[in-house]
Amino acid sequence: MSETTAPPAQGPARNVDRPAVAAAPRRSWLRPLLLVVALVVMLALPLYVEEFWLRTGFAVFGAIVGAIGLNLLVGTTGQLSLAHAFFLAVGAISYVFVSGESGGIGLADLSGLGWPPLIGMIAGVLLAGLAGLIFSPIAARLRGIYLGVASLGLVFIGQHVLNSWTSVTGGFNGRSAPEFSLFGFTFGNTDPDLFVLGVPFREAERLWYLGLVLALAAYLFARNLLRSRPGRALQTLRDSEVAASVMGVNVQGYKARVFLVSSMYAGLAGVMYALSIGSVAPESFGLEVSILYLAMIVLGGLGSVGGAALGALFVTALPLIFQRYADVVPLVGGPGEGGLAAGEAARYLFGLAIILVVLFQPSGLAGLAARFRRKGRDPGGVRPTGHSSAATSSSTSNVPSDRPAQGSTT
Amino acid sequence: MTQFLSLLLNGISLGAIYALIALGFVIIFKASEVVSFTHGSLLLLGAYSIARLSEPLGFFLGAVVGVAITALAALAIERLIINRLRGAPVISLAIVTIGVDIILLTELIRRIGSDILNVPHPWGGGSFRIGDVGISQNRLIATIVAGVLIALFFAAFKYSSWGVSMRASAEDGETAALMGIRLGRVSALAWVVAGALAGVAALFLVGSPTPGVSPTVYTVALRAFPAAILGGLDSTGGALVGGLLIGMAESFAAGYQDQLLFLGRGFGDVVPYIVMIAVLLVRPSGLFGTKELTRV
Repeated sequence: MSETTAPPAQGPARNVDRPAVAAAPRRSWLRPLLLVVALVVMLALPLYVEEFWLRTGFAVFGAIVGAIGLNLLVGTTGQLSLAHAFFLAVGAISYVFVSGESGGIGLADLSGLGWPPLIGMIAGVLLAGLAGLIFSPIAARLRGIYLGVASLGLVFIGQHVLNSWTSVTGGFNGRSAPEFSLFGFTFGNTDPDLFVLGVPFREAERLWYLGLVLALAAYLFARNLLRSRPGRALQTLRDSEVAASVMGVNVQGYKARVFLVSSMYAGLAGVMYALSIGSVAPESFGLEVSILYLAMIVLGGLGSVGGAALGALFVTALPLIFQRYADVVPLVGGPGEGGLAAGEAARYLFGLAIILVVLFQPSGLAGLAARFRRKGRDPGGVRPTGHSSAATSSSTSNVPSDRPAQGSTT
Repeated sequence: MTQFLSLLLNGISLGAIYALIALGFVIIFKASEVVSFTHGSLLLLGAYSIARLSEPLGFFLGAVVGVAITALAALAIERLIINRLRGAPVISLAIVTIGVDIILLTELIRRIGSDILNVPHPWGGGSFRIGDVGISQNRLIATIVAGVLIALFFAAFKYSSWGVSMRASAEDGETAALMGIRLGRVSALAWVVAGALAGVAALFLVGSPTPGVSPTVYTVALRAFPAAILGGLDSTGGALVGGLLIGMAESFAAGYQDQLLFLGRGFGDVVPYIVMIAVLLVRPSGLFGTKELTRV
C-alpha cells in the first residue's frame, strides 16, 4: 500500500499528483516564500545600493506598469497597438500641466494649475484613459493589423501636438516635471530630511518605494483581471472573435474597455516616466518608445503579466547598464570612442532578440521560465511546452477564424 | 489659383511616390499576410545604397544596383524569417518585421550619422514650368516613372502567370497550394517586387525638393502606411488611390500652412494620419478593402 503511494510524494515530484493539469500549479509554500523574500530584498535594497541602480529601478518600475498595460491589449486581447507612446505622453503631460506652476521659462510661456502632485498623477491616469476612450470607437471597429497602423497615426499626431501646444507641453524643449509629494511628504532630496539606519533617504530612495508600490499594484490588478471573467473574455476575443460573440461576449464593448484600461496603465507609466527623468519633451514619446514597449512584451511573453515585467526590466535596464559599463562590455564604446554607442548596441540586441523570440520561443521569457519549472517538476515527461503557452495556442487556433469568407480581392 | 494648381501637381507627384511604396505593402500583405513594418528602413536602405554607389558607379548604374540591393534585402528577409513563420498570427509576423526594422534602421542611421548624403540626379534640382505652375523636374520624372511602373505592375498582376498565382494564393492559400501554386515562391517574388518598388520610390524621394538622404526619409516612408491602409490593405487599386489622396492632402496642408497656422507648424506632416483615421472611422477596412464577412 505504502509502496504504491510513495513515489508521487517524493522530493522534487511534489506536484505530480495532478499530472494532467501541470499548467495549474498546486499552491505550495515555496512560491509565497520566494515572493516574500523578493519583496524583502526589494524593500531593503535602498539601504545598500547606490543611486544609479535606484534610479534605473524607478525607470524600470515605470516601464513595468506601461508594459503590463500594453500586454493586456496586445498579448491578451490580440489588438496590436503602436500608440502606447501617445498615451504615455498624455499621462506625462497631464501630470506636469496639472501639478506644474504657471510661469515663463525662457521664451515659452507655460501655464499650469499647480495642484497637488497626487491629483496630477490621478489626472494623468484619467486623461490618458479618456484619450483611449475617445480613440476606442476606432479601436473597437478595427481588427489587429488595421488597428496597429491606425494607432501609428496617433503617435505622430501626438508628436505634432506636443511640439505645437507650447503653453501646456513646453513645446520642442519640453518642460520640467514637478516633484511628487504625498500629503506633505515630498519625494525630493529634502523636506523632510530622512535617515533610515543611518542611510540618507533622498529622491532616488523615496522614488524607489513609490515605484515599487505602483508597479506591484499594477501587477496585482492585471493578474486578477486576467483570472476573472473579463480576463477570460479578452482571451477568447484574441483566439476567435466569432467564438467570443457566440459565447455572449460583447466584442465591441470589451475591445473598447481593454483599450481604456491599457491606456490608463500607459498614463500612469507616463507620469512615472516624467518623475524619473524630471522633465518631459516631445522626443521622449516618439514611435521608438512604442516599439520598445512592444519589444518588452514580446521578449517577456505575450499575454503574461510577469513576462511583461521581465521584458520591461530587460529592455529598460540594458541600455542604461551598457552606458554605465561601456568600458567593460565588449564592442560597446563610450560617446566619441570607437565601437557602438550604448543605445545602438542595445537596439541591435532588442531587434535580434525580437526576431529570435518570435522564431524560436514565441512565449518569451515567461514561457522559458515555465518550461524550466515544469522540467524540474517531472523530468521524464518531455512535452512541447513552448506550444502550450497562451501566445502560441492562439497561433494554431485562430488560423481558420482569422480568415473568414472573403469576397473578391483587388 | 496658380498656387492651387501647383500644389495639386506637387501633391499628385508626391502621391505617385507614396503609391509605389503603398503598393509594396499591399503586395506583401496579399502574398504572405504580413504587414511589413520594415518598409521604412528598406526605403532608407535603398536611398543610402543609391547615394553611396552613384559616386563610384555613376548615377544610372548606381541607381539600378541600389534598387537591386533593396530588392535582395527584401528577399533575404522573406527567405530567412517570414518563410519560416508561415501560418503564424498576423501580429507575430508584424512584430518580427518590427524587429528587423530596428536592426536595419539602427545600422543605417549609424552609417549615415548626421550627414545628409547627396544623390547626384542628372536632372538636378531644376523645375519644370507650364505657365505659372511649377513642379520640380525630379518630381515630374518620378510621376512618369511611377505611372509606368504601376501600369506595368497592374498588367502583370492581371495577365502574367505570376499575377494569377498571386491572386489565387491571396484568395485562398490552401486551395492555391493544392492546385500546384508554390506559395513560397509567390511570397518571395512579392517581397522582391515590393523591395524594388521601395528602391525606386527612394530614388525619387531623396531628390529635390527633399534635401537628400537623411534619417528623416524613414518617417516619410511611414506616411505611405496611411496610404495603404486608407485604400484597403488588400487592394492594389486602393494603394494607388490612397497614395494619391495622401500625397495631395499633405501637399495642400503644407502649401496652405499660413492659413492653417492655428493647427501648428508642420501640420502637413500629420495630415496623412488624420485623413487615415477619418476614413477608418467610416470604413474600417479602408476605401476598397475587402470587408471581412463573418458568418456564424
